[in-house]
Amino acid sequence: MALLDVRDLSVVFQRRGTRPVTAVDGVSFTVEPGQTVGLVGESGCGKSVTSLAIMGLLPRRGNTVAGEVLFENTDLLKLRPAELRDRRGRDIGMIFQDPLSSLNPVIPLGLQVAEVLERHQGRTRREALREARGLLDAVGIPDPERRLKEFPHQLSGGMRQRALIAIALACKPRLLIADEPTTALDVTIQAQILTLLKELVDNSGTALVMITHDLGVVAGLCDTVNVLYAGKVVERAGRHHLFAEPRHPYTDGLLQSVPRLDADRGGRLHQIRGSVSDNIPWSEGCAFAPRCDRVIDDCIGETVPLLGGALRCTNPVPKEVPV
Amino acid sequence: MTEALVKIDNLKVHFPIKSGLLFDRTVGYVYAVDGVSLEIRKGETYGLVGESGCGKSTLGRGLLRLVEPTSGEITFDGTDVRSLEGERMRLFRRRMQMVFQDPMSSLDPRQSVQSMLVEGLKAHGLHTDRAGVQKRLRATLDSVGLPASALNRYPHEFSGGQRQRIGIARALVLGPELIVADEPVSALDVSIQAQVINLLGDLQESLGLTYLVIAHDLAVVRHISDTIGVMYLGSLVEEADGDQLYERPLHPYTRALLSAVPIPDPRVEDRRERILLAGDLPSPADPPSGCRFRTRCPWSQPRCTDERPELRVFDDSGQRVACHFAEQIQSGELTAHEVRAELVRPDSDRAPEVGAELIVTRTDLPAP
Repeated sequence: MALLDVRDLSVVFQRRGTRPVTAVDGVSFTVEPGQTVGLVGESGCGKSVTSLAIMGLLPRRGNTVAGEVLFENTDLLKLRPAELRDRRGRDIGMIFQDPLSSLNPVIPLGLQVAEVLERHQGRTRREALREARGLLDAVGIPDPERRLKEFPHQLSGGMRQRALIAIALACKPRLLIADEPTTALDVTIQAQILTLLKELVDNSGTALVMITHDLGVVAGLCDTVNVLYAGKVVERAGRHHLFAEPRHPYTDGLLQSVPRLDADRGGRLHQIRGSVSDNIPWSEGCAFAPRCDRVIDDCIGETVPLLGGALRCTNPVPKEVPV
Repeated sequence: MTEALVKIDNLKVHFPIKSGLLFDRTVGYVYAVDGVSLEIRKGETYGLVGESGCGKSTLGRGLLRLVEPTSGEITFDGTDVRSLEGERMRLFRRRMQMVFQDPMSSLDPRQSVQSMLVEGLKAHGLHTDRAGVQKRLRATLDSVGLPASALNRYPHEFSGGQRQRIGIARALVLGPELIVADEPVSALDVSIQAQVINLLGDLQESLGLTYLVIAHDLAVVRHISDTIGVMYLGSLVEEADGDQLYERPLHPYTRALLSAVPIPDPRVEDRRERILLAGDLPSPADPPSGCRFRTRCPWSQPRCTDERPELRVFDDSGQRVACHFAEQIQSGELTAHEVRAELVRPDSDRAPEVGAELIVTRTDLPAP
């Protein structure tokens, strides 16, 4: 049984006097216990909104969330706010991109970690603080005893992200959602955090949903990768499969347009035409069609289904036949 | 080998740290750039990489004298840039222009594209011939791949990639010889990055431009640069031809940096040797004695504490490295040891302190 089963999730933003915007358009994916699943896409593809919708963190006003988010067979979208609060932080942890704005600047770090334990596991302040010390230690924060009394601004970016991971993992959640956890960090710090995440996930058996725009991060970490474009999953595959044989022209184009460290210098990069905003509504065909090199007449007209649950394209990149 | 267009010799940019209510007392300095020497040859791309806070942007700004260097020499095509005063410096800037990172904040939202481009021409007295100006603007926009209709539009009407094109057009319109591009693609989406990188390459080819590209993304820098300089805490630790640097990184920091960049290929990722550095970049207000990198270096020796390594030519290939033990590390004579992370405070001017049970620098992470 899947740990998390997102079925046909849609999020529509509507403000008074404006046309509704469909940010997430029928996204479905599953996460098995202990699995690492990646959601990849460029800005505006709906990857962050998906994660916020799963956690029930979108403001109620002006947003319509439809579909089902089954976490261990309970639909999170149907829970009352109080029930959801009980689960957030206990069953599902979350790490955000910018650690400085996700930590409270006027509360010592120790209390922020301890708060989760007090709230969900009924620990006393003293017990919770002792446990918090161990958690900071586990995520590799030097001298945790002293760090407990310090404030977020006294730590570097990498240390703050570690603290955030400690908070997210405090109650040993079964699912961890990480939304661009390393985007604000330098590469050497990114390597530290990714290694830490990988170790923690492996050791605790926590499932991880990794949301990122960085294909390199996905390549090293995720079991299954979902590529999103304009609010829909356009391709889904195991990481080895996806990187060796991308079938969707968008995935293929994206992979070819990234300069690779291990490639020789020079040459022109493959480029995808236009920009993310050049798309047509999914109801009128493939949203990627205006930018696609492989566009054919069949691409325009009606919504392209997710073929075999893995590929949304009428004219995919042909499979390379091994010689 | 072509001649050097830009020569930087022992450039230093120090920022004073002020304190006190009534009188500004200088209580110390941030050593943002601390003795960098390099040469950029005509028509080539020099890539400067390093992590945030290593002084790479300050170096670029110091080169254009957008911040006044503390000491050192800058020679641009035979002219001593630092000796130019006031009006002469202003006119000289026509020959060297800058492209900024964030196309959203580096363009004035209330200025049309036309007015933005003309502003530079006016500053250099090139705006008198109306028909000529129009022709020039159109040609410039065309070269960056924007339609002439863009002239009457405002920055918010463009997408991120197009805005960066406007930023490049603004730099190009004066016909400069050197363009300093500070993180030109890091604010852009992946699919747009490729467009801008290609554009920079095309422009270099057609106009014979010289670039100093400053970026934190080693993959991007490797793709576009002829020569790469790696900076750490205000100084250049290694410099080499792009392919050479990737094939044979000599400085321990370069090795760690190269091994930390994710590669979008799971087959490569699974097999890679990874050098994980302990801790963070020390504060540039209080850099470690001797070698700046020694606090995080898995190969550091007692000599590294006492003596600051000079950037020296390593061998015939012209690769330069600032490490006492580059040869020994290269030959495997010196093996890596564990490093305890020192805690770095983002806001303190004190020396970094050594913690107790710490993260450890490891090499050779086993493949998962």
